[in-house]
Amino acid sequence: MLKLILRRLVQMVLIMAVASLLLFAIFDTPEFKKRLAVQELGGFAVSALSEDSYQAWLSERGLDAPFYIRYANWIGSILQGDLGFSYEKNREVGPLLLDRLANTGILAFFVFALMIPLSLVLGVLAGMKEGSVQDRTISFISVFTTSIPEIATAILLTVVLSLGLGWLPAKSAMIRGFEFQQLILPVLTLVIYDFGYVARMTRASMAEVMTSQYIRTAILKGIPYRRVVMRHALRNALIAPFTLIVLQLNWLLSGVVVVEVFFEYDGFGKLLLEAALFPDVEVVQACTLVAVAVAVVSQIISDIGYTFLNPRIRFA
Amino acid sequence: MSDQTPVLECRNLCISYYTRAGEIPAVVDFNLKLMPGEAHGIVGESGCGKSTVALAIMQYMGKNGAIVGGEILFEGRDMRTMSAEELRHIRGSKIAMVYQEPMASLNPSMLIGEQLAEVPIYHDGISQDEAMARAAEMLAKVRLPDPERILKAYPHQISGGQQQRVVIAMALLSNPRLLLLDEPTTALDVTVEAGIVDLINEISEELGTSMIYISHNLGLILETCDRLTVMYSGEAVEVGDIHDVFDEMRHPYTRGLFGSIPLPGADKNAQPLVAIPGQLPLPHERPKGCNFGPRCSFFRTGTCDAGRLKMRPVPGDDDHKVRCERFEDIDWDRDLPKGEAREPVPAGDVVLSVEEMTKHYTIDDGGLAFMSGPPRTVKANEKLTFTAREAETVAIVGESGCGKSTFAKVLMGLEDATDGKVMLGNVELGDLPVDKRDSETISKLQMVFQNPFDTLNPSHTIGSQIGRVIRKFGVARTDEEVEEIIYRLLDTVKLPRDFAKRKPRQLSGGQKQRVGIARAFAGNPSVVIADEPVSALDVSVQAAVTELLMDIQRENRTTMLFISHDLSVVRYLADRIVVMYLGQIMEQGTTEEIFAPPYHPYTEALLAAVPIADTRVEKRHIVLKGEIPSPANPPKGCPFSTRCAYMIAGVCDTDAPPLRTFESGHKILCHLEMAELEKMEPVIKAKAAQAAE
Amino acid sequence: MAVTEIDAGPSVLDRLSRPKPLIALALLMWVPLTAYVMFGGRMDGYADTVLLPAVPATVLLYVLGVRAFRESWVAVIGLSLVFFWLLAAVSAPYLPLLDPNKPIAPFVTPFSEKRDVFFWLGTDFKGRDMLSRVIWGCQRVIVWGVSATMVAYVVGALFGLISGYLSGWWDEVISFFANVLLSFPVMVLFIVILNYLGPSGFNIVVAVTFASAPAIMRIVRGLALDIKTRDYVFAAQTRGEHPLYIMIFELLPNVRGPIIVDACLRLGYTTVAITTLTFLGLGLQPPDPDWGLMIRESAKTAMLWKFSYMLLVPALAVSSLILGFNLMADGLREMSLRD
Repeated sequence: MLKLILRRLVQMVLIMAVASLLLFAIFDTPEFKKRLAVQELGGFAVSALSEDSYQAWLSERGLDAPFYIRYANWIGSILQGDLGFSYEKNREVGPLLLDRLANTGILAFFVFALMIPLSLVLGVLAGMKEGSVQDRTISFISVFTTSIPEIATAILLTVVLSLGLGWLPAKSAMIRGFEFQQLILPVLTLVIYDFGYVARMTRASMAEVMTSQYIRTAILKGIPYRRVVMRHALRNALIAPFTLIVLQLNWLLSGVVVVEVFFEYDGFGKLLLEAALFPDVEVVQACTLVAVAVAVVSQIISDIGYTFLNPRIRFA
Repeated sequence: MSDQTPVLECRNLCISYYTRAGEIPAVVDFNLKLMPGEAHGIVGESGCGKSTVALAIMQYMGKNGAIVGGEILFEGRDMRTMSAEELRHIRGSKIAMVYQEPMASLNPSMLIGEQLAEVPIYHDGISQDEAMARAAEMLAKVRLPDPERILKAYPHQISGGQQQRVVIAMALLSNPRLLLLDEPTTALDVTVEAGIVDLINEISEELGTSMIYISHNLGLILETCDRLTVMYSGEAVEVGDIHDVFDEMRHPYTRGLFGSIPLPGADKNAQPLVAIPGQLPLPHERPKGCNFGPRCSFFRTGTCDAGRLKMRPVPGDDDHKVRCERFEDIDWDRDLPKGEAREPVPAGDVVLSVEEMTKHYTIDDGGLAFMSGPPRTVKANEKLTFTAREAETVAIVGESGCGKSTFAKVLMGLEDATDGKVMLGNVELGDLPVDKRDSETISKLQMVFQNPFDTLNPSHTIGSQIGRVIRKFGVARTDEEVEEIIYRLLDTVKLPRDFAKRKPRQLSGGQKQRVGIARAFAGNPSVVIADEPVSALDVSVQAAVTELLMDIQRENRTTMLFISHDLSVVRYLADRIVVMYLGQIMEQGTTEEIFAPPYHPYTEALLAAVPIADTRVEKRHIVLKGEIPSPANPPKGCPFSTRCAYMIAGVCDTDAPPLRTFESGHKILCHLEMAELEKMEPVIKAKAAQAAE
Repeated sequence: MAVTEIDAGPSVLDRLSRPKPLIALALLMWVPLTAYVMFGGRMDGYADTVLLPAVPATVLLYVLGVRAFRESWVAVIGLSLVFFWLLAAVSAPYLPLLDPNKPIAPFVTPFSEKRDVFFWLGTDFKGRDMLSRVIWGCQRVIVWGVSATMVAYVVGALFGLISGYLSGWWDEVISFFANVLLSFPVMVLFIVILNYLGPSGFNIVVAVTFASAPAIMRIVRGLALDIKTRDYVFAAQTRGEHPLYIMIFELLPNVRGPIIVDACLRLGYTTVAITTLTFLGLGLQPPDPDWGLMIRESAKTAMLWKFSYMLLVPALAVSSLILGFNLMADGLREMSLRD
């Protein structure tokens, strides 16, 4: 058990190292350097700059050093908490990212709080009686909702709930401070798109368990059906969905970009996109690193959780 | 007797499954009367409906199954009219079931104690503590060591044999009136199976529980049951007292079944097996009239295919019935059909010689390099030494973990030997991986596999798979030549030529095995390794495939290494036998030597464990204790010392045993002195009194 | 139990891959469409004739497809949705549609007339016909989406086979890089790659490959690990076949089945990805119509109940296509479970 966690941690560090290296290498081209110069010195200054003074600027910024030294410096400063500077937002990347992550965190919290119970209950109900009316209904709904991409869900919800009925604000920019109402549409969009997937997986897992031989044993032992489901089936059926839910964080980080951009919600995803389009290289790098870190950590949690939930591995 | 209510009675039971193809009758017109304390066997091949009957008795038909006719009376009440709640009270308390796969039948994420305690808690309403105490008591009763530890274990933490004992304990916890056993030992090794059978017999004697024992193995039924139903393709074809059915069978299928299993006395040369021709009909393609008609040598148009057949009583016998229109016309006193005797094939020169071949695996435990301890060694094969001659059949016998598949891998060049030599002719194979062997060496050594569903690639036609071998080994080059050889091979394995264009999914298991044999012989091999080639097939098909394999071998003077766990088959076809246990050869000699004293203690136990479907022989009763140890953690000294009845403390469990060679060349690896070994009694003897009957 | 032993004729897979005409028809539909979308601009006058053979091919393919899927109405509905858009894509030049890029009259609501022209779906803020734009708009999504998925499959299956069959160091290295790529959230990976390469159809193919191939590789690897323990692979190994032969002839044909279902799902994901990326401004570029672009361009201007059709039309269009892929996957899975 401990060995597994350690092994996973080592893997995580390796993955982060390679991911950061890739990320650094991608943005380590002459064009991006030039853009950095434009941002730092202003557009006119660069065009007026002679080749010599550009070189001088490069060496002043340490950008002419060999690749591995610059990479080491970059990683070093990140590890010290210095994530760079955003020219677009005119702010240190660190605090900026923290603000935005907090906003996205609020969003993610509500999404998970709604999605987990909803998808698990629906999945279990559907998988309990494979092929029944309740199964077919739930399965149909979940295919439907997962087939509508976030962008379309966002449009449909906005058009109906906001433009049509006028119940909710169409945008979630939170200009006048935090308003819960503005959170509803983004949260709903993400929940509607995501729950179907987890529900379908839960259904598959539950259906598989319900047709297994040990459930047959339990039924033929003559114990009440309720107990067969609650005690015998659920415990085995929820192992797979659990790992999936944790991994869903990775998906959420994708969906969050679209939803935040569409609803103009000032979160992590919107920051990343704006930085990419500007382009604000250091922000992109910082955001990506954070996203990878979140993904890798959730992967580890899911792995360890799986081992913990599954006695066959726990006591191997 | 007759005024007693039967525990269970099935009257004209009909069960169907509903599929896309429509209604498929799985069981038709099934009758059964089970008196208290009686043990009734149901025997039949796969798809005959025997498991369906068991599940129907439990009223558990799944989504697409239904009882479409007849009734099932449990203690005089029709179970079909019971409410769900009433059924629940009967299941697990009055009727309990033991399943084929113990591992799958236990909930993997619940403690065994919890799973056991449920039964009395829900049926007898006792407290958790009482239930646990009763569970522990029952575990001790099924002779599991250390019940307290097992109560707190998960199913995967105990061995297969122990799991099955737990399932039996679970079934017995509420002292049921009726116990259904659905192939309870099929997934287990022979020596473990013997222990379970022993336990079942003891239970039925001690508790007086009525039992229905479902199996494909006639020998097991003989050891456990009083009465017997033989099923074929959804119908009971013969019912009666076990001795009536075994000794005076009145249905051609039953007779065919007995003719196709190797009984003591059968011999590949003097008295070959007689296979039942043809194959089982698919449930939706059953013939009109007698289902067995198309395969029956007594078939008569107009009589046998006239319409639905009824069970008819056999005069003179008590409650002995058969579903055959012509049983009175058949001369049953004639002996079982006999195959034509053949000349024994003299063995030639040594083709394959294995000298002290050793294969060790090192396993790392998946940790990172700096954290893992010293690598552990698994001794998969330890100093194997034996030879095989031209045209000879050498059987390698052993249970799981004995190292037979590792040996096959080394021989085929997928693993290097750690030490020792494997000589094929004058080529050393031990450290010559397959990609370094020339195609002549490769083609000399071919293999027939166990699992018919795995042996052929489902994506390619039969012809292309055989053709590839022919081209690869350079037997022929041009398309016409290759095609010609494919057709010839199909003829040899008695398959129609148009099978060349078929995909494996269109073939039955037996047909796939035939293709596998054709493929193995396509490159004219001199040695063929047959890894349990018939153990996955139905009994009536087994004989045909076995005979075919031996015919081809005989014709080509091929050396065959026949790997098996089934001593009956081995006795029938092998010239010499090598008995393996945990990677070591415990005993080797000619077939006669192995089956007669002196024995290695393991061989002795193995012989006693194999059920024999013959009322004329009796076996000594030897049941090994414990389970087969893991090859990753073998016992010190003699590998068999943990289970051996002759174990000499301080010797067997510390020192490696010496090899005792008898004058004839018979070799036994054992600490017992040769004189002691020679004093052993034969395990299988003809019953003197009954043989005269 | 007895029922499982019944051989119910050829499997779904056999029905799908056996008839060679099916493949020929698929090529006849696909090659002109791809050529038209990718290189149509360079074809001068004869561009419009290129698609002519594709129209009947598509219709015929649909008929054959319905026949193969007839047992599952779910699959038939999915197939119908997908082929509706495929047919729209190949026949767009021959339909009596207005020029999708020509501004006529802005902000005309659906089912109304303006300047003697009847607009079924209205016009957008620039006055371009919505019906024409939504029909032309499916071309690029379909072509780039399917191409990207196919490339991702080739790459993923290749690495998956190598990793699963050869194991050892190959597996360690390939799996590690797959893990690195998989630890990027998909959208983040898209943004980083497209930001680096610049937005265009070809670059979307590259990005989708990077994002999808690792997951495909894992699936194929798992299947290969399972299949390589089969006796027929053992038989091939022991007759001295080259690993390449075993991978291509023994493993590949048998991983096909489970992969087809996954491919349908993945086509759906890719369609989502392309539309979303285009909406975000990182994908396909104006002026040619595309669903993502239509949403992007209208998102600022159409935020009124009256003009919400500008958003709804492309949103429903893309949803129906994805629903089609997903239903097809569902139906196929259901049918393969029954076999």
